[in-house]
Amino acid sequence: MAATAPSAEYALQHLIDPEVCIRCNTCESTCPINAITHDSRNYVVEFSICNNCNACVPPCPTGAIDHWLQVRRETPYTVDDQYSWDALPAPLELESSASADVPDDVRRLTEIATEGQGGAASPPFSAAQPYVNLYSLAKPAIATVTGNYALAAENASADIRHIVLDFGGTAFPVLEGQTLGIIPPGTDVQGRPHHVRLYSVASPRDGERPGYNNVALTIKRVAVDHDGNPVNGVGSNYMCDLKVGDPVNVVGPYGASYLMPNHPGSSLMMICTGTGSAPMRAMTERRRRRRSLNEGGEMVLFFGARVPEELPYFGPLMKLPKDMIDINFAFSRVEGEPKRYVQDRIRERAEKVAQMLQDDHCYIYLCGLKGMEAGVIEAFRDVCRDHGLDWDALKPQLLAKSRLHIETY
Amino acid sequence: METTINYSEKIPNNVNLVEDRALQRALERWQPEFLNWWRDMGPDGSSNYDVYLRTAVSVERDGWAHFGHVKMPDYRWGIFLNPVDGGATIHFGEHKGQPVWQDVPGEHRANLRRIIVTQGDTEPASVEQQRHLGLTCPSQYDLRNLFQVNVEEGRHLWAMVYLLHRYFGRDGREEAEALLTRRSGDADNPRILGAFNERTPDWLAFFMFTYFTDRDGKFQLCALAESGFEPLARTTKFMLTEEAHHMFVGESGVSRVIQRTCDVMKEHKTDDPAKVRALGAIDLPTIQRYLNFHYSVTIDLFGADQSSNAATFYTAGLKGRFEETKRDDDHLLKDRSYPVLAVVDGKLVDHQAPMLNALNEVLRDDYIMDSVGGVERWNKVIEKAGIGFRLKVPHKAFHRKIGTLSGVRVSPDGRVVPEAEWNANVDQWMPTAEDRAFVASLMGRVAEPGKFAGWIAPPMIGVNRQPVNFEYVRFN
Repeated sequence: MAATAPSAEYALQHLIDPEVCIRCNTCESTCPINAITHDSRNYVVEFSICNNCNACVPPCPTGAIDHWLQVRRETPYTVDDQYSWDALPAPLELESSASADVPDDVRRLTEIATEGQGGAASPPFSAAQPYVNLYSLAKPAIATVTGNYALAAENASADIRHIVLDFGGTAFPVLEGQTLGIIPPGTDVQGRPHHVRLYSVASPRDGERPGYNNVALTIKRVAVDHDGNPVNGVGSNYMCDLKVGDPVNVVGPYGASYLMPNHPGSSLMMICTGTGSAPMRAMTERRRRRRSLNEGGEMVLFFGARVPEELPYFGPLMKLPKDMIDINFAFSRVEGEPKRYVQDRIRERAEKVAQMLQDDHCYIYLCGLKGMEAGVIEAFRDVCRDHGLDWDALKPQLLAKSRLHIETY
Repeated sequence: METTINYSEKIPNNVNLVEDRALQRALERWQPEFLNWWRDMGPDGSSNYDVYLRTAVSVERDGWAHFGHVKMPDYRWGIFLNPVDGGATIHFGEHKGQPVWQDVPGEHRANLRRIIVTQGDTEPASVEQQRHLGLTCPSQYDLRNLFQVNVEEGRHLWAMVYLLHRYFGRDGREEAEALLTRRSGDADNPRILGAFNERTPDWLAFFMFTYFTDRDGKFQLCALAESGFEPLARTTKFMLTEEAHHMFVGESGVSRVIQRTCDVMKEHKTDDPAKVRALGAIDLPTIQRYLNFHYSVTIDLFGADQSSNAATFYTAGLKGRFEETKRDDDHLLKDRSYPVLAVVDGKLVDHQAPMLNALNEVLRDDYIMDSVGGVERWNKVIEKAGIGFRLKVPHKAFHRKIGTLSGVRVSPDGRVVPEAEWNANVDQWMPTAEDRAFVASLMGRVAEPGKFAGWIAPPMIGVNRQPVNFEYVRFN
């Protein structure tokens, strides 16, 4: 398997560069969970405690704090290792040479996205072999925009776009659930190149249009930040404003974990909100195209949005045969109706959910805003309780069998 | 001066300034005086520069490090205290285990005021000491670092003045005014502490000062961060985060000077100080002499080796030790002793003093341990270059002007020496007028982005991940 960071095997370890550090103790006093300690030589980070919250990063006067090295989960650098250093060790040589230069931004975004499951996990056993990190920041692939369509209704308050990128003669193989990175051109207000933006592909592996070398992305124009303050999302505005024929710098693909099972009879439970639907659309479309093979397995979708007008792919989803996919919408802002969230739908479908949780061939995917994750887990916990199951015991089993995949942002 | 300043907007703060009208008025009167002082004594000729500064706008993790180009007089000097730690107790001295004080206990009022004034006085003092350095900056990067240090010293003054105004009434306000009227090096109205009346004439002195003397600040602040007077503890905790930047400027600054010297020595295969000087770098023995000077005047700042004030401050719970909570003794120290130096029969010997009286010495020794670490890291630079020279901090009895050792002639290696030997060697031990003149001769302004003076190496990384050749200062 191509190792990509982070994964079940590898993790990013937060470390302090002893060559740059001045031992000022700021990080140690800032850390909210006492993950940082020191001896008379070095300041060090305890791998088993640090949760990558980054509270220590802005106050560091030197930048020494801002280092993440890929390590094997089983054998991170111990505190004693770090005490003995005069300089940071060389990065670990990975079995897959391609993954050595996964950009820091991508690693950190992935760590954050997969926090809910304790870091990136293994893919389902029957997942296809993914290609990862074929194109780096230094050498991005150049794609051409061949489509940019509004997905939300005209009267919707959100602008959500379905964007198709064509790679022409450049190989850019992706699997459903993988992500790719876009580098907005130009620099930020501080004159630095923009960070990479990660987007899940919304099209199946054989292309948005079967047999074509293209991918589709689902992108919402960001107008407010997580706290509801108005912002102008650099990446999303750049993407949403693209015109047919525009060139786009693309890096990746990334992700060797959030992949769909391929074995006949395998089922999918998909839970998403908003543009978190991208990987679900890719997987659904993959299954739709192979329907005639009668491979079996079920698909259940829990899909949340504020109103139907803002639900990406609402129209096409409604046209899918009912015996192919079991769709459960949850709308939180429909006038005159109570607010409903995906977790409410999960509770309503407790019977089905409990059955799927216990089905070893059912794989569960979550994708959407961070806020959704806790609600969904609570709903799973309730469903389990009502069906004589123990979520806390079940979850590790799901993770061990690579049946639970969480990507939230 | 304007009279309608909206302080809740103008002064970023987390102390509910807007709800305390009296305090707000007091600060309204003080603020124009501060700005006048800044204009007169702040960085020379800099008022129109846009400087890439880090501004703290809150104590939260995201409020810490806001970077952007700012005109220094428009810098938002804010008042920040770390969040209240509900249920905190005093963890040393006779009040140990009692709840921390939110107000000043009457019996400790004079001592606390003195502690705060002494700390506060160092802040504007160093700005005054450094006010001409901008004219001879070795790069934009360094100029920016100097200004960052200056505005943060200004903020630390604000922090102390806030405490004086908020908790010490009329006395506090008078002290706050006096903080703006004393002047570093002024014969009639000097700053309180000796090292803060010394000159900081060149950039090597500035780097040594920020390494050694600002580190004294760190240790004093750490000791005050243990205080039972919680507003002081919460203020100093936040100040420490900024102080760290100053020590970074010092440690990396000296390190870059050494790097450049080693590069020149290697390139020209010489260890002759005269040749190194002729090549426009600062020879290592001169760096050692600067180190000896700054180290020795700084360790004087910790005060007399035996001090009943220190004992009082500790026992009363006003000022703890460095990392008080990490020590596993009784935190009362009544029956404990601590070795302090004395001269007996012409020799330096340790004798045991009651620890409570020796707490200045305890803090000084903690400081020494900490500062030696950075000197060792400088030595790594020399070692990497394959050069046999090693920098060393002098013996702690060397060149002391305070306490038992005051005026005793002690060599850097710790021998009490006769006056004649001192006089014969002092030019090897302390920077001479000629050394200072040489270093001064190198000081020419380099202000183009990415360019560095010939006596200093560029830094390893820029500020806030910016490139080294970033336009850190716009001169307009």
